[in-house]
This record gives sequence, structure tokens and C-alpha cells, in this order.
Amino acid sequence: MRFMMIVKATTDSEAGVMPSQELIDAMQKYNEELVKAGVLLAADGLQPTSSGIRISYPEPGEKPKVMDGPFTEAKELIAGYTLIEVKSREEAIEWALRMPDPHGYGQGEIELRQVFELEDVVANPESLAKEATLRKQVKEQKKGW
Amino acid sequence: MVTLSQTHRTIDAIWRMESAKLIASLTRMLRDVGVAEDLAQDALVIALERWPETGIPDNPGAWLMTTAKRRAIDLMRRTKLRDQKYVEIARGMEYKEEDIDQALDGEIGDDLLRLVFMTCHPVLSPNARVALTLRLLCGLTTDEIARSFLVAESTIAQRIVRAKRTLRAEKVPFKVPTGEQRKKRLSAVLEVIYLMFNEGYSATSGDHWIRPLLCQEALRLGRVLSEIAPHESEVYGLVALMEIQSSRFKTRVSATGEPVLLMDQNRAKWDRLLIRRGLAALKRSQELGSTLGPYALQAAISACHAEAPTADETDWIRIAALYEALSRATPSPIIELNRAVAISMAFGPSFGLQIVDELSGEPSLKRYHLLPSVRGDLLVKLGRFGEARTEFQRAASMTRNDREKELLLNRANECES
Repeated sequence: MRFMMIVKATTDSEAGVMPSQELIDAMQKYNEELVKAGVLLAADGLQPTSSGIRISYPEPGEKPKVMDGPFTEAKELIAGYTLIEVKSREEAIEWALRMPDPHGYGQGEIELRQVFELEDVVANPESLAKEATLRKQVKEQKKGW
Repeated sequence: MVTLSQTHRTIDAIWRMESAKLIASLTRMLRDVGVAEDLAQDALVIALERWPETGIPDNPGAWLMTTAKRRAIDLMRRTKLRDQKYVEIARGMEYKEEDIDQALDGEIGDDLLRLVFMTCHPVLSPNARVALTLRLLCGLTTDEIARSFLVAESTIAQRIVRAKRTLRAEKVPFKVPTGEQRKKRLSAVLEVIYLMFNEGYSATSGDHWIRPLLCQEALRLGRVLSEIAPHESEVYGLVALMEIQSSRFKTRVSATGEPVLLMDQNRAKWDRLLIRRGLAALKRSQELGSTLGPYALQAAISACHAEAPTADETDWIRIAALYEALSRATPSPIIELNRAVAISMAFGPSFGLQIVDELSGEPSLKRYHLLPSVRGDLLVKLGRFGEARTEFQRAASMTRNDREKELLLNRANECES
């Protein structure tokens, strides 16, 4: 099963302040551990929301609202993610606990979320229909090339 | 509120994360993988007793290591260094006692590599190698291994006990082989991992089409191996092959449980992340090796499919060429059969049929259902439906996989209309 470890944004990460060398080293060591254990699938850090774009749909059925960053409420924002493949929920928690405190000034927060597996959604007729549409789209894309 | 069973599940997870390192380090000290595993298990039992009360320590791996080492010292005192084996152990212990941290950290990759060479040693039967590797390097329980292979737990338990006994009796050293020996032994290791993967990927009997645990473990072990043996082209080749094949894991079976052939799979649902990882591993393999080995070649073939946006756009000419290279690297009738398919896709079914017909007298393919199945397929393309039907029926009578049998019989019936 896959889990995404989501590192929440902080005042510093939002301000574009680079983390300390110590934290960078600790993070690197941690990532190496994940790689050596064969559980790391992907990991990335995100730029602050000052360069982000938010698309929202305040009016159902109407055109979306496009808003440039920065966005407020750092705790609600994401600064990076690490995707791991593990055998159990407990193993995911154990790995998340071993991640260094991503901030160090009391704002560090990691959120652990399980990724949907295909079998979780496959029995749903709605998603089966979606899949058929997707298949058609791929076919049409091909014609366009 | 943390419940007891929750703590136990957490300890299980920690065991899975730490056990291979623990057993590898202990084997280096004790030179006996059986004793090493026993001591590691003892440490686990102590953890199961204490941690629910004390809470889980900050560094559970180091805790388990220290505890296991204490047990090792106790063991030696009890036996009072009576026999030569324990004298040697004692010597090793004195040397290592000072730096537990190093034993846990610095050389751990080397120890894991030594351990995998040990559990995949040719003195053991292929089945024993797989079972022992799953147990010692993947931290699976006997029950989990038994369920993955659809055999009784006692069978696996016995297999593991015997394997450890054989390693001891044959005095298999805890070291990474060098020179020409290394290459040979490494391919034995890769063979075990791929066997594990294939066992999970294509069940050979019963109606379990997929047994995912084995695939995941094989892939994880492959990734670990590429970290601890980072200069081996074929290790990356095997990782690439497994990553790319895993990317199709979920499209191999339809919603109703029937197998879906590669060309009919919904490519939109292939796992792009695994494909990307596979292609990166393949690139690394190509950079490391002057000529591609069998795993890298198979990965390259798999990559051709992964990179084709639709089945119609598959680069069959390249695949046919790769199969030819593979056939030269490891001559086998099964690879020839695959080459025949590629040739027919690239240049037309009659060319493929020529190769298939040459294989018809091959004794090793006598019971191989894919030979008549492929032949039937080519005959359909050539409009020879009567002959095709006979071939599909023959193939159906040969497979042990229920779902595959059903698929083949359907194809036979289609030939009638």
C-alpha cells in the first residue's frame, strides 16, 4: 500500500527561507534510508505559494475562478511530499515518525494519507464509466498526434 | 489511547523494517545465520513483552540490536566457550562490542549483501532459496510465505529449517564472492528475486491470478539490492523489468477477474510512476553495462510496450531485434516463441508461423500451453480457423490456470463462427 507523507508549509517555507544546512542534511539522510529500505517511490519539495495558482469553483456550473498566490494559512498549505510503498499502515506511521521535524520552530507538521488503490474504486460503476471515457480520450489524443 | 494490539502491530512493522539488518549484523558476528535469526527473534519476543509497558523506544532498531547482542553474550557464557565455534564467536564479539552503532550503520549494506548471497546460495534448492530469502531479508512470517505459495505452513517451516541446516553443514561463508564467481553468484541472487516476482505475478495454478505480496517483496528487495550493489548493470536491469511489469499489475485482470492480455490492456491505467522508475533503472543499467544482460534486455522489451501510447503503435521491429539479442544471450525455446510473436507483429503472421513450426518438435515445449496458443493466434490471423480452433483447445487442455483455460476455450469457440 502507498502512503503520501505530506509536509505542511510553515511561515519560513512560505517566505522562501531555505531550511538550515542541518535540516537539509538530516532530510537527505532520511531519504537515503527510505531508498535503502526500498520503500521510496517519489519525493519532491514545492515552491512557496507565492508562485502558485489556485483554481476554484465558487459557483457550480460557472467558470472557475483563477487566483494567483500567495495563499494564507500556512498550516493548510503543502510544502512537499514523499510517496512510500509499505506493507502496513503501522509501517507508514513508523517511517513518518522517523522523518526529521520539517521545521524545528514548533510549526513542523507531517500529514500521512493513504493512496487509493485501484481495487478501492474499481467496483464503482461511476468509476468504470470514467475509465471508459479516459480510454476514449487516449484514443482521440493519438489521432491528434 | 494505544491498545495492546496496536502496539503489537507497530512492533510487527518495526520488525519488518529492522529484522534483515539485525540478522545480517548478527550473522557477521556469529557466522551462523540460524543462531543469528534465533537471537534476533529472542530480541523481538523481549520487545513484545516490554514495549507495551515502556512505550516504543526512540531508536527501536538500536534497541533490538543491543538486546540481541546481550543474548549472544549470554549464550556464549552458558556454553562456556566449550566448542570451537563459540570461541570464534567470542572473538568476533570482542572485536565488535565497542561499536554497535557502526554495526547498525556503516557496514550494514555490506552485511545485507553478504546475507543475500548466503540465502541465495546454490547449495540450496531454488524453493529453499526463495523461502529463506523471504524470511530473512523480507521479514515475512512463515505463515505469510506459506499463503503466498499456497502451501502448508509446516512445509515452509521445514524448508527453512532444512535450508539453515544445509548452510551450516556446507559451511557456506558469510561473504560476497569475488571475481568470476561473483558474476555467477549474483545471477543466482537475481534469479531468486525474479522467481519470487514471477510466482506472484503469474500464478501457475488455482484461480489466484495475482499474488501481490510476493511481487511487492521482490521489487522492494530488488530496489534494496540496487542500493547495496550499485555498480551491477543486471541488478538495475532486473529492477527495471520488475518496475515496468508492476506498472501493469492492475490492468492484467478485468473487473470480473479475467486475465487481460498486454495488447488489450487499458494503457491509461498503467502506473506512470512505476514506468518512469523502470525507465530510469533501465537507463542506469545501460550506462553500467557495455552489453545488456538478459534482465536488461527483457526490461528493454517491456519498455517498448510501456512507451507505446497505444497497442497499434508498438515498435515491433525493435522488439523483434531485442528478442534476437536475448535469444543469443540466453538461448531458450520460450524466448524463440516470443521472438516469433514479435516477428509476426513486425513482418506478418506467416513469418512468425515459420519460427513456431520449427519449435513444434522442441521437447521442452511439449507441455507448454503457450506454444499451441501462439500458433492458434497466428493461424487466426492467416484465416485458418479450423486449425486455430484445434490449437486453442490443445492449449486449454495444457494450462493449469483456471482463468487462462476459460480464455483459451473462448478463443476456440470464437473460431467456429
